[in-house]
Amino acid sequence: MSYEFLQNYWWCLVSLLGGLLVFLMFVQGGNLHLGNRALDEQRRSMILNSTGRKWELTFTTLVTFGGAFFASFPLFYSTSFGGAYWVWILLLISFVFQAVSYEFFNKKENLLGSKTFSIALMANGVLAPFLVGTAVGTFFTGSDFTVNKAAIADASSPVISTWGNGWHGLEALGQYHAVLLGCTLIMLTAILGSLYLLNNVDDDEVQAQMRRSVKMATWPFLFFFLPWLIILLVRPGYTVDADGVIGMERFKYLHNLLQMPIVLAMLIAGVALVLLGIWKGALTKSRKGIWFAGPGTVLVVMSVFFLAGFNGTAYYPSCTDLQSSLTISNSCSSYFTLKVMSWVSLLIPFVLAYIVYAWRKMDKGGLSKKDVEDESKY
Amino acid sequence: MDVVFWSRIQFAMTAAYHWLFVPLTLGLAMVMGVMETLYVVKKDEFWKKTAQFWMKLFAVNFAVGIATGIILEFEFGTNWSNYSWFVGDMFGAPLAIEGILAFFMEATFFAVMFFGWNKVGKKFHLASTWLTGIGATISAYWILVANGWMQNPVGTTFNPDTVRSEMASVSAFWEVVSNPVAVSKFCHAVTSGWVTGGIFVVGVSAWYLLKGRHTEFARKSILVGGLVGLIGSGAVMLSGDSSGVHAAEFQPMKLAAAEGLRDGGRGAAFTIVPGIKVPKMLSFLATHDFNGFVPGINDILNGYTDNDGNYIPSVAEKMACGREALDALAAYRELRDVDPMTAAAAKYVLLDNAQYMGYGHLEKPEDVVPPVGIVFWAFRFMIGLGMLIALVLLLSVIAAWKDKLATWKWLFPIAIICIPLAYLTGQCGWIVAEVGRQPWTIQGLLPVNVAISSLSAAAVQTTFFIFLAVFALFLAIEIRIMLGAIRKGPAADLKNE
Repeated sequence: MSYEFLQNYWWCLVSLLGGLLVFLMFVQGGNLHLGNRALDEQRRSMILNSTGRKWELTFTTLVTFGGAFFASFPLFYSTSFGGAYWVWILLLISFVFQAVSYEFFNKKENLLGSKTFSIALMANGVLAPFLVGTAVGTFFTGSDFTVNKAAIADASSPVISTWGNGWHGLEALGQYHAVLLGCTLIMLTAILGSLYLLNNVDDDEVQAQMRRSVKMATWPFLFFFLPWLIILLVRPGYTVDADGVIGMERFKYLHNLLQMPIVLAMLIAGVALVLLGIWKGALTKSRKGIWFAGPGTVLVVMSVFFLAGFNGTAYYPSCTDLQSSLTISNSCSSYFTLKVMSWVSLLIPFVLAYIVYAWRKMDKGGLSKKDVEDESKY
Repeated sequence: MDVVFWSRIQFAMTAAYHWLFVPLTLGLAMVMGVMETLYVVKKDEFWKKTAQFWMKLFAVNFAVGIATGIILEFEFGTNWSNYSWFVGDMFGAPLAIEGILAFFMEATFFAVMFFGWNKVGKKFHLASTWLTGIGATISAYWILVANGWMQNPVGTTFNPDTVRSEMASVSAFWEVVSNPVAVSKFCHAVTSGWVTGGIFVVGVSAWYLLKGRHTEFARKSILVGGLVGLIGSGAVMLSGDSSGVHAAEFQPMKLAAAEGLRDGGRGAAFTIVPGIKVPKMLSFLATHDFNGFVPGINDILNGYTDNDGNYIPSVAEKMACGREALDALAAYRELRDVDPMTAAAAKYVLLDNAQYMGYGHLEKPEDVVPPVGIVFWAFRFMIGLGMLIALVLLLSVIAAWKDKLATWKWLFPIAIICIPLAYLTGQCGWIVAEVGRQPWTIQGLLPVNVAISSLSAAAVQTTFFIFLAVFALFLAIEIRIMLGAIRKGPAADLKNE
């Protein structure tokens, strides 16, 4: 295994984890229905308990996604997390509240009342996809940072990665292209959430409501996604030559798409599957839309990551100092670390297998009213 | 107070807070596993309901533990940017393996354990309960591999081209994984969790006995919880012994601080409390030789000869080497493309002094001395309280086994008080381990003031107070929910026994 192969392999794995994370954010999208007044309290409780049985998978995928990024591309971790401080802290707080909200929600000792934790879950439903989407959006717009590895020998200013402004990541809110991706993700996870609940909750009224929600969320999703995609394909991008020198190239991401037909196929197939899932959920009697939209989402997210990082592209560009931009090869771990981790990654299919096995057993028959009368309910 | 201070205090608070929830997770997982095994083996519904009661408390604790764990992961990047890059090549691998191997196991089987009583078979459920605990234990191993490396950085070399510590071969990875500091820390931390879980079960059960409620449930819970805690106590003592030997070998300053030992020597005495000493005991504990040499703070500052006859340089000498290494690093980075010959010479000087590179960032030799008073007293509280808890566990098991609970009522309030004391013991343990190694994030290589992110003190101060408020709120709610569940008690048909 060459070093370059391992670098690319780990970019693929990080992309896969990113795709799975966005797919599993159906939990966040589903929680937006906790404030749905068209549903009675018992049905909202069914929604809470349905997403409440999966939230840990989403959470764990987030942790593993972060861990994998740290392990394989530590310069991204140190530059982005230490620089775009407020974005990551906001995302963190939103997820921390989500993690405890399920457990605290229905306990009379929870001090703040159920409504507060319901709001926390809904806030996480908007903030988490928005912040993740906007952060990934900066993979194409660039950020304000510099990297100087020699700084560590300088006693007066030893930090290698420094951010160029005091907003520490919040300035991304002023980059409309990044924000468009954030908004796209809110609507996509809302659709995925509705499709998941349609599949998982065994109740006619909830299912009817979910079908309506899928329809309602589809237009705003397309409204944000299509402009984001078109702008991406026409905007200049950050290219890296064989010597590692970073430069600008017009239509870089369009070129990437055309020069990597597999990625083009993944993107088209992914979008088609998402639309097929939406169609099945909104316009047919099928409850299986999530099984199309979910894998479709994974494919789309992976193709977005591939566009950002492959084909000689700087995936985390610096608009302040082009040569500080991060590429797969200048930000990754050493050959031996990647090699060891690659062997460990062979366990992933086994992990996926037991997750699928366990949840097939647990989800048999879907979540019914009986489940929310059980003592172990949230 | 600068950004280093706020970054340190924020991370210390998060780690200490996280460590409130982890030990109970590890300990209750064992207790629940044993109880559910008894249910499956004996086919006795009593054990099922008993296990279910403790599971309810486990679930509340587990959620907050998970929530605080992710904060630590994020803070490595957000507040310790240089550290993340410097150690990412080594630290990231255990973290990623922890995610793949442990987190998904915990998350998946926790859900089956908690919601699956009526969805899966008995044996699958039992396996899920054990796998939840095993997942948590595997998780502890990998994070302590990373922590152990920070205390004793084996298996890596400094690469001046990438400016970080790297694993140079696949065998180096095994050196990192089998780092003796990591292994003893793992055993110590996990089994101390068993003690916490054990005394928690014993203390709560003692409260029921004090109130005259659920007596049979309480007696049997004391037996299981007490035994788990007692086994944990024995293992904690054994692993504590090896931790002491490792501290003497790899972090002598930590040991000197924990003992408040200004001037060391052969046949050093162990201080129980100031004024009461056991002759030669420290030498024995640190070197397993009553006449072994144990360096004191001044010996380490001024240089000394260790038990193998090696001269250990003074801190001032190490600082000189460290500065030479940093100057050579700067020269190498500047010249490597324009003057390869001179750059190669600089690289040679750098690698020759790389083991002391972190000392080059220190201002004065005394910077290597951690806060002695805090470490000294934390060490004593940890040992003293740990022994008290072990004794209470032993007496509780005897009382439950010999059916003397009705006559040994004086034991109940002590057992209840031991619950918060167990938490205090755990916190003291972490203080010894982490405050005792200051100023290093990585022993000898990276001091805290170089490990930080480029942030303003105000930004980190703000997040510190946000986290403080969030943690206080969660703790208040968690304690209220726990107390509510305990007051309510186990399932209805266990109530009148």
